[in-house]
Amino acid sequence: MFQVWQKFYASSDNAKAYILLSPALILVILGMAVPVFAMFAMSFTTQAGFEIDYSPTFDRYREFLDTGTRTGTILTTLLSRSITISFLVTFFTILTTYPVAYYVAFYVKKNKILWIILMTIPFWTSYLLRVFAWKLILGNSGVINASLISVGLTDEPLSYLMYSQLSVVITLCHAWSAFALLPLFVSLDKIDHSLIEASRDLGCSKFETFIRVTFPLSLPGVIGAILIIFIPTVGDFVTPALVGGTEGRMLSNMIQAYFGRVNNFSLGAASAVIMLFSVIVVTIIVNFVTKRLTQRL
Amino acid sequence: MNKNFIEIKNVSKYFGNVKAVDDVSFSINQGEFFSLLGPSGCGKTTLLRLLAGFEHPSKGQVFIDGSEVTSVAPNLRPTNMVFQNYAIFPHLNVRKNIEFGMRKENLTKEEMEDRVGEVLNLVKLQGYEERYSNQLSGGQRQRVALARALIKRPKVLLLDEPLGALDKKLRDEMQIELRNLQKQVGITFVFVTHDQGESISMSDRVAVMNEGKIKQISEPHDLYYNPQNIFVSDFIGTTNFLSAQTLSKDGDLIYVSIENIGQFKLNNKLSIGENTNDVTCSIRPESIELSSEPIQNKELKMHGKIVNTSYYGELTTFHVVIEGIKNPLIVSSQRYDHKSFLSNNCYIGINLEDINLLTNE
Repeated sequence: MFQVWQKFYASSDNAKAYILLSPALILVILGMAVPVFAMFAMSFTTQAGFEIDYSPTFDRYREFLDTGTRTGTILTTLLSRSITISFLVTFFTILTTYPVAYYVAFYVKKNKILWIILMTIPFWTSYLLRVFAWKLILGNSGVINASLISVGLTDEPLSYLMYSQLSVVITLCHAWSAFALLPLFVSLDKIDHSLIEASRDLGCSKFETFIRVTFPLSLPGVIGAILIIFIPTVGDFVTPALVGGTEGRMLSNMIQAYFGRVNNFSLGAASAVIMLFSVIVVTIIVNFVTKRLTQRL
Repeated sequence: MNKNFIEIKNVSKYFGNVKAVDDVSFSINQGEFFSLLGPSGCGKTTLLRLLAGFEHPSKGQVFIDGSEVTSVAPNLRPTNMVFQNYAIFPHLNVRKNIEFGMRKENLTKEEMEDRVGEVLNLVKLQGYEERYSNQLSGGQRQRVALARALIKRPKVLLLDEPLGALDKKLRDEMQIELRNLQKQVGITFVFVTHDQGESISMSDRVAVMNEGKIKQISEPHDLYYNPQNIFVSDFIGTTNFLSAQTLSKDGDLIYVSIENIGQFKLNNKLSIGENTNDVTCSIRPESIELSSEPIQNKELKMHGKIVNTSYYGELTTFHVVIEGIKNPLIVSSQRYDHKSFLSNNCYIGINLEDINLLTNE
């Protein structure tokens, strides 16, 4: 038996590759491909109570996209809200982490990696804990409101700080900043310093050099950060559930409800598929636009 | 032509405790091909970066074309640089690289095309406009870097070891091409290199640097035949050093006793005092005559043994041991008749005027 294996293993490079890959391959097939396929199949079914009718139909997609009905209105609103929130989160996370990565890449001379590790330490604590921490900061009797009231700047707590889209954006920005920091740092750190000097030598000011050389060359990192943040935040349901209230509710909370309390697996699956494709389309557009924009610089 | 086009006055640059450039003063003429030559770490690149504006002097002043630029930012100086690794922008094609510094000139599209065409023609790179840096060879990249700097029509072009990354054949070609280019455009070139052959063959004048100081500024021929100190004599080409003692002066001449060979009356170009005592004689290997027969027409005649022979094609180098002299003499000769030296016994002769007397500093 062993000899047969050995012979097979030695027979070709392809066989070798598949055998070495097999643990990961099995995990990916069972853990990713099969569930996604199952969800895809589920989205074409009809559920009434506990009965599922497996005859294929596009009705669930129609239900989602028909803005004439109450369900359709809610779902499409939530979809656009999910995308908008993720967009804002991605934008502000990169806006705030880019200068940090820039500083470490260009101004820190020794132990750059130590700096990066130190900056990610807060993110070693549980995601849930960090969301709750933001509750303590943004809540009605939280740090910000309590200080404002005690100083006398306001009589009652600022209600829009908590259970709003703002609180969701702030919490998610903080939660994902460590993930943006790494790709941004790596792409900035790789930039050959003589290119920056060459730009200065050819008459560009520091700011023009950033716009025309440094930023375009850091684009791979920016695109990496966009993907790393945008894709998971669209589907995040923990943060909106804890700090979003009704106003900050996202499509993912609705999908969770369909597979739980509401018990409509078919519509839940259809919503998930629509979200999946929306994310793919938005990602492609964002990449295309970013690359186009920087070619003109 | 302006004699003091670039002036460097008492310039020092410290990095922490390291004196990269140590109280250096000199000037460069307009339209000159000027080289900064020295071993790595001698401060030549720092000096070039002080001219470019990437570093600012800790002490002293820098003037270009009459105006002080000591603390002027690199983008506001009339200089452009060709970097050691060329620093071609990888996200832009050749045309955009060359146009990079021209945005502020407010040229029309046609004027820009003309200017780009002109420099592409100058560096012989037509037809490569749409290529990116990773699609170019080392030599082509260097041409792009040159074109990108020359299109700005700078008053001074700074070149930081631009030939270092090229293979030997291409380097030799580019040496000639760079030299012709400089004559054609008439721009002052300041060229940094650690390759003595390169600097000697290309430059109008060469400044030899060591440990942050300038050791000698001369025309290439003088640098080779009239070195002013042991460092320059040793760094440029190959040379023989003999230790000597000063005895007495006789006008422009000086009596010295060389090792255990004898006493001689030598030229004293550096006006060394008679009380200096220990001095050094430097003799180039090619000014020593080597023969298997006794030599008649030379002032200094000796007998020795050949201990080593290296054949280089156009030249042959011999190591000759002479009784009374500590190190073997290096002698090079164009003619090599190996049959006549079978016994290893040989005679050598030196003209006294070919001996350079140097101080031991």
